[in-house]
Amino acid sequence: MGEVIVITSGKGGVGKTTTTANLGAGLAALGYKVVLVDTDIGLRNLDVVMGLENRIVYDIVDATSGQISVNKALIKDKRFSDGRLCLLPAAQTRDKTAVNPNQMRKLCEELKKDFDFVLIDCPAGIEQGFRNAVAGAEKAIVITTPEVSAIRDADRIVGLLEAQELRNPRLIINRLRPGMVRKGDMMSIEDMVEILAIDVLGVVPEDDLIIVSTNKGEPAVLDEKSRAGQAFRNITRRLTGVDVPLTDLEPDGFMDRMRKLFGLGRR
Amino acid sequence: MAVLDFLSRVFGREGSGSKNVAKERLRLVLVHDRNSIAPEVLEDLKEDLIRVISNYMEIDVQALEVNLSNEDSSVALVASIPILGMKRRQRANWS
Repeated sequence: MGEVIVITSGKGGVGKTTTTANLGAGLAALGYKVVLVDTDIGLRNLDVVMGLENRIVYDIVDATSGQISVNKALIKDKRFSDGRLCLLPAAQTRDKTAVNPNQMRKLCEELKKDFDFVLIDCPAGIEQGFRNAVAGAEKAIVITTPEVSAIRDADRIVGLLEAQELRNPRLIINRLRPGMVRKGDMMSIEDMVEILAIDVLGVVPEDDLIIVSTNKGEPAVLDEKSRAGQAFRNITRRLTGVDVPLTDLEPDGFMDRMRKLFGLGRR
Repeated sequence: MAVLDFLSRVFGREGSGSKNVAKERLRLVLVHDRNSIAPEVLEDLKEDLIRVISNYMEIDVQALEVNLSNEDSSVALVASIPILGMKRRQRANWS
């Protein structure tokens, strides 16, 4: 039996879909069987971030309504030869009411029989889309960025998750800029943990390569050179129970600037 | 201090320290957010209250009011429950 993890944030644009894609690809790269479920009905995006948009035939509404079998709706990611990474895409021309929490619970029960990890990409907001996404989940990951709006929404989400019996959600801090933290112009990891009072699963630094990898539809976690990819690889390993310390997020620290100054830059 | 200032300028450490402003604003806004209660939770609470109190007295269910009152930094649950009549003790014992 696999585990069902919902990836949520409240606020939009903080990196739920990017995180889902990267954790999914990262876990598959470690050899696990993973299925990614896009619950953002009407605004489907996980398919393009994964580079699988041209292969969609059926979607989550077809699968939950019983029109076709769940298996038939799954798209196998060909980057992994044995089909251990699959995507269940959202429907694009329907709305959030096309699926209900009971159907989601049933879907998750079925998927976790065949997969080690079922990752649910939650839509922004706290309405039906959120209730659907969390319905079948056993664990939750909350994504935030170091901004007041994102942290406020994350706090609200933590409360709502608890109301849904999803206790002890874990936090991913996305798009952290160590240089700004050092200058006192961005909240630090410690600041955010103090405010939200939940455990940190990982910290992902701001990285231009994320945009490049999204452009190509190739998750950054598979790119050895990407710093964000490295952070996602670490988070992936933590999800499998390995104790990985938080990454050194000081690539533009003093020594790096000195190295750059003398032409010894790392990149 | 001037030397330190100069050094931190050279090494790009200047900044307005706006994160402290962010933290303080967040702290305040969260105190308020966390004190609010979802309408459906309040409805559930109301129904439970009615059920329990009805074991002891007849109350005016229509006029019952339950609210959170937010004053300064403390929060209280304020309930106004009009009583129509008391139930006899014996009757409560039989059921």
